[in-house]
Amino acid sequence: MSLEDLKNIPYGKTAIELKNIFLAFGGVKALTDVSFEVKKGEVFAIIGPNGAGKSSMLNVINGFYKPTSGTINFAGTDRGEMEPEFAAKSGIARTFQNIALFKGMSTLDNLMTGRLLKQKQNFLMQALYFGPAEKEEEEHREKVERVIDFLDLQSIRRTPVGSLPYGLQKRVELGRALAMEPEILLLDEPMAGMNVEEKQDMSRFVLTVNNELKTTIVLIEHDMGVVMDISDRIVVLDYGKKIGSGLPNEIRSNKAVIDAYLGVADNE
Amino acid sequence: MLYKETGQYKSTYKSDHAIFPLIQDKIAFSTLMFIAFLIVPFVINSYWEKAILVPFLIFSLAAIGLNILTGYCGQVSLGTGGFMAVGAFSTYKIMTYFPDLNIMIIILISGLITAAVGILFGLPSLRIKGFYLAVATLASQFFLVWLFNKVPWFYNYSDTGQITVSERLMFGIPVTGATAPPYATYLFCLILVVLLGFAAKNLIRSKMGRSWMAIRDMDIAAEIIGVPPLKTKLSAFAISSFYIGVAGALYFAVFLGAIEVTESFDIMTISFPVLFMIIIGGLGSMLGSFLGAAFIVTLPIGLKFVMVDLVGLSAVTAKHFEITIWGLLMIIFLIVEPHGLARLWSIAKEKLRRWPFPY
Repeated sequence: MSLEDLKNIPYGKTAIELKNIFLAFGGVKALTDVSFEVKKGEVFAIIGPNGAGKSSMLNVINGFYKPTSGTINFAGTDRGEMEPEFAAKSGIARTFQNIALFKGMSTLDNLMTGRLLKQKQNFLMQALYFGPAEKEEEEHREKVERVIDFLDLQSIRRTPVGSLPYGLQKRVELGRALAMEPEILLLDEPMAGMNVEEKQDMSRFVLTVNNELKTTIVLIEHDMGVVMDISDRIVVLDYGKKIGSGLPNEIRSNKAVIDAYLGVADNE
Repeated sequence: MLYKETGQYKSTYKSDHAIFPLIQDKIAFSTLMFIAFLIVPFVINSYWEKAILVPFLIFSLAAIGLNILTGYCGQVSLGTGGFMAVGAFSTYKIMTYFPDLNIMIIILISGLITAAVGILFGLPSLRIKGFYLAVATLASQFFLVWLFNKVPWFYNYSDTGQITVSERLMFGIPVTGATAPPYATYLFCLILVVLLGFAAKNLIRSKMGRSWMAIRDMDIAAEIIGVPPLKTKLSAFAISSFYIGVAGALYFAVFLGAIEVTESFDIMTISFPVLFMIIIGGLGSMLGSFLGAAFIVTLPIGLKFVMVDLVGLSAVTAKHFEITIWGLLMIIFLIVEPHGLARLWSIAKEKLRRWPFPY
């Protein structure tokens, strides 16, 4: 289970399979017996009402939470407990619901942090900033500049991200994840708090990444219009349980899903 | 208009990522280096050496060290005095055991020893943060000073508990001991500061610096993108301690010549002043480390000049006033410009850019 394993899976085959995942914090059951699979190259959406366990699900996938029980099959291998660093190394990148950028650093530096795992020079070479260290720095800068071009971030390259407006910060965070050149991109509410134009931009970026870079995307989103439009398959969680999964059209007419979102009428 | 950057196009990433990307900065820095290396050594006298230039250089180094740890990696440390003592005592012990070793090598080895000690005391940083970490490093300050006081082996069983430097030559000129000429001690410190200063700047603008800043700004996100927290924090402790250790070695061997640990490396004489240097200079700024060191080193001299020479107070009264005014200035400064002198400088640059127009 490495970056190569994930790269070698053919498109449309299972990249991650989660089997009977339970996650509990003391007495609080965040996830109960959740199973689903993410196929390579698809846009996969996780939806559900607030507190359904969607973000916990992402945290389980990238190793930030260790599931109480259940197995995660990743690129054909069952994986045990792992550190988030390992997930990053095997090609999983993510963004956060509440923006988690490095506020004191410029946009450029934030994106460059996405390349940290790929920079191999030791600290003595970096201190001398000589030959290979300098070359490495420039190579990664070039990769980052491509992301900057793609996301239209040129004008804010040198601006500290703490002073950017919310929508742009979300975009920079996507950029940082893209700079990692991930195989699987986990997006936790990438469009929360955006206006319609910003949502359109963001949807366009997500779809382009999926189409052109062939990145698998796992997405949490509350805007049903966006979810139904851009995702290939959807899984629905409610109170930590899976209540439905399938194509957008199937989800739209799923009784359990409608009940979860709108409530169940008492007098049948 | 005076500080114009228009028309200076960067066509390579290399020139864009340079330490001094603007031609004005390059000229200013070269002029400064020219004066520092080719003019000052010929005009320096003992007063300038002992009172201003050498302490400024040594404290700049200590401030760079602490700034790496606190300003760039976000780990507050109050143990600077203790770590400087490690550098000083390592130098002393190495000097006793290897009388023929070159002083430059001795000082660098002392830095490495301090780095090892820094890693040891940095271990708690994985579990504790902020004020709690500050208290843990405070413990290291008291422990190290106590250790050097209580174990006679460190000061070679001398009756006074003092350690005294012996004369060491560099290119045939003494740089330590009482006979060292002012220009030699000054140049020795200057060369180390310039070399280590560039090394620090290079670290900060490459992978290592970005890992530190990522841990500082949002440690959870840093972990998710693959920055190992323990390794990164410990690397900051190690490199920061290396700088502080070298500063301590210079402080003992080149500047003071003879020290007594509780007096010279006390929390009030070293740890807090160095912390003030980086806060007043600017956290997370190389320029700030130098400006802060210059400010703290020259402030007492300036205050003394005003009070004794201009106003005519007695030296003792002036000394009391000095501490009060020092504290007062510190508070005023933090209220007026919490981001330090480095921020003032960037505001000034912004103004120069537009001058003579108001906006």
